[in-house]
Amino acid sequence: MEEQRDYSQDLAEIRSMMERSSKFLSLSGLAGVMAGIYAIAGAWIAHSVLEFTPRTFSSGYTQSVSGSSNLTQLILLALLILMLAIGTAIGFSYRKANKRGESIWNATSKRLLGSISVPLFTGGFLVMILLAKNSIGLIMPITLIFYGLALYNASKFSYEEVKYLGMIQIVLGLLSVWFSVYGLLFWVVGFGAAHIVYGIFIHMRYER
Amino acid sequence: MHKAFESRVRLGIMSALAVNDELDFSSLKEFLGVTDGNLATHIKKLSKLNFIDEEKSFIDNKPNTKYFMTGEGKKAFNNHLKILEQIIKSQK
Repeated sequence: MEEQRDYSQDLAEIRSMMERSSKFLSLSGLAGVMAGIYAIAGAWIAHSVLEFTPRTFSSGYTQSVSGSSNLTQLILLALLILMLAIGTAIGFSYRKANKRGESIWNATSKRLLGSISVPLFTGGFLVMILLAKNSIGLIMPITLIFYGLALYNASKFSYEEVKYLGMIQIVLGLLSVWFSVYGLLFWVVGFGAAHIVYGIFIHMRYER
Repeated sequence: MHKAFESRVRLGIMSALAVNDELDFSSLKEFLGVTDGNLATHIKKLSKLNFIDEEKSFIDNKPNTKYFMTGEGKKAFNNHLKILEQIIKSQK
């Protein structure tokens, strides 16, 4: 009996080591919830304060924006949300990593970032090119699609649930190209609601 | 069953290298949570058996050694996993 326990323990430790050394599991669920809240708040500001409705941007997909000062404000708002979300993700994950006795900058987190960065930067450059060319209507769907691709790619190196979050973003992105009038709504569902649901799920499942 | 795998630390090193193409000393140390000396001893033992090999390089003029599993190591590790499974199955 003594030996049996020992060997299954061996196998359990092998499995745990394989997971620990290949997946970055300090990704914070609560940071996901916060990112979702920022996204919803940002979309609300864009919609009611800056009077942004996708209809004004997307008819014909190439129509330029009426007030270009509004566009600048929108871009600044989007960048602010992005920085807040990234900052929160780093901060919360740093805390979680500390708790788990893990370093936030280790072999697994580097690989995670590596797999995220190619699709994400591709999408980012595409957005900048579209801005420069004044083709603004496709930008929101593109952020969803490329973010989804980045997540899907990164899920190999973190929680499996990240893959489903990625697939949801991709589908929402494609739908929002088709139903472009509801672009902002799809964006809020993807970056807002999906993040919150994902974050709560991760928190309940792994962080308590 | 191979004696190399009696130690949990050596088993841990092999498990981590089984799923990573290569890992440096500090990464291994972080994953295993052992001291420098302890890890170095176990790495030496595994190297002597030809289960792992190392590749020395310099990053910012600092020596950086990366470890990886050899073909022989892979075979031995997979064999060990099979034996473990068989033992557990037969004891159920």
